[in-house]
Amino acid sequence: MNALRVSGLAYAYPDGTQALFGVDLSLERGERVALLGPNGAGKTTLVLHLNGILTPGAGQVHVGGLEVGPARLREIRRRVGLVFQDPDDQLFMPTVREDVAFGPANLGLRGSELERRVKVALAKVGMAHAADRPPHHLSFGQRRRVAVATVLAMEPEILVLDEPSSNLDPASRRELSEILKNLDVTVLMVTHDLPYALEICERSLILSGGVVVADGPTPEILADGELLTRHRLELPYGFAVPGAQ
Amino acid sequence: MGAGHAHGRLYRAGDSIVHRLPPQCKLVAVVAFTLVVVATDRERFPAFAGYAALLIVVAAVAGIRPPFILRRMTVELPFVLFAVALPFLSPGPRVEVLGVWLSVDGLLAGWNILAKATLGVVASILLAATTEPRILLLGAARLRLPQLMVQIAMFMLRYADVIVEEMRRMKVARESRAFAARNLKQVPVIARSAGALFIRSYERGERVHLAMLSRGYTGTFPVIDDISASRWQWGIAGTLPLTALAILAGSLL
Repeated sequence: MNALRVSGLAYAYPDGTQALFGVDLSLERGERVALLGPNGAGKTTLVLHLNGILTPGAGQVHVGGLEVGPARLREIRRRVGLVFQDPDDQLFMPTVREDVAFGPANLGLRGSELERRVKVALAKVGMAHAADRPPHHLSFGQRRRVAVATVLAMEPEILVLDEPSSNLDPASRRELSEILKNLDVTVLMVTHDLPYALEICERSLILSGGVVVADGPTPEILADGELLTRHRLELPYGFAVPGAQ
Repeated sequence: MGAGHAHGRLYRAGDSIVHRLPPQCKLVAVVAFTLVVVATDRERFPAFAGYAALLIVVAAVAGIRPPFILRRMTVELPFVLFAVALPFLSPGPRVEVLGVWLSVDGLLAGWNILAKATLGVVASILLAATTEPRILLLGAARLRLPQLMVQIAMFMLRYADVIVEEMRRMKVARESRAFAARNLKQVPVIARSAGALFIRSYERGERVHLAMLSRGYTGTFPVIDDISASRWQWGIAGTLPLTALAILAGSLL
């Protein structure tokens, strides 16, 4: 059974703008996959389908064999953890501890089990010391890590990250990648930071114009300069894929 | 980032018995105390002295120094100005005070406003100085204040800094392009900035809502920290309004 399967997914916004034109993709359990694509490719729209925030115009999304639909939202949202791009959107509670507890508490956990979830999740991202601090007193990189913890506390099967490396300084960027590589979950990472995709994800997809146009091992995808250029993706100046000609 | 910790200014960390009381007890005590003060006839001067003494005791127990309280009392200034104007403006019989003829009724009315406002403000300052804002909200929730109101206050607390920071960035962006608010003609520019800030905050609200839904929010906030109060704690908090009530009763005899 696939951890995630999207088949024939199409979606148009209420104003008529069509964002997705039949997306097909699947993730195996434990895989780390990068979803690459230029701005406006429909990446965020696709992500919002994965936990049922948007309802497909056509096609289906299955998470661990369970079809995403209005009747199973709670279970779906437990299985799929979304980490949004701006940690200030994700961290809305007065303290880090309460924020990390928000998800599991919505799942009905209380008391010592809730506390355990918070502790474990914060420890995984190296932020256990900040539990009682208000999120706005943390650095940007720390807030991004706490945002990851808020989702990990729900013990998801799939972790979906929207532009995890954006606005991070080099050290925070490395710290986050180390954390992500050590997690024992399926990861779908939405990004146009190609070196970051190469570092973290063994496999990459390119979403462009609302369809998946490429799917393969990340080094191969990134070595295909022509493919990247066609879809407004570029490696940073001076960067070469290790091992590629 | 993170400039201006606007809500750190009222709270003063400490470990006194006043600090440790559950927030709901303190909230009820302050409201009840204020009600007693407001219900007191303005000419029962000794009662007001008694109330003031009570607050001084609370401040001493909580370890809140007078300068801290005095500085924060400036919020009362508009009332003070109004109260000071009354003896000059009110009609009726007059008395001579230091060579100035003042209205008796106005003096009493001014005193009434000044005394009651001061006692209420000081009681609130003591509450805020000994209770963290977020804990205060937990207390309000515990007292069954409507969930929606508590949630709105909570978000305000969380996002005030974020919005102030956004406002500051917009100001810097305006000034970097040589804008300076010198006269009324430039009001439209400021107004447009305010509009843009509103839209941005609204959009942020939408994104926050999505983030909440993604973590299983279904309209009610889970109670994560529940602070319960023992009878003993209610009793301690109750001494403030009950003593005030005793003072009021005493002054009526």
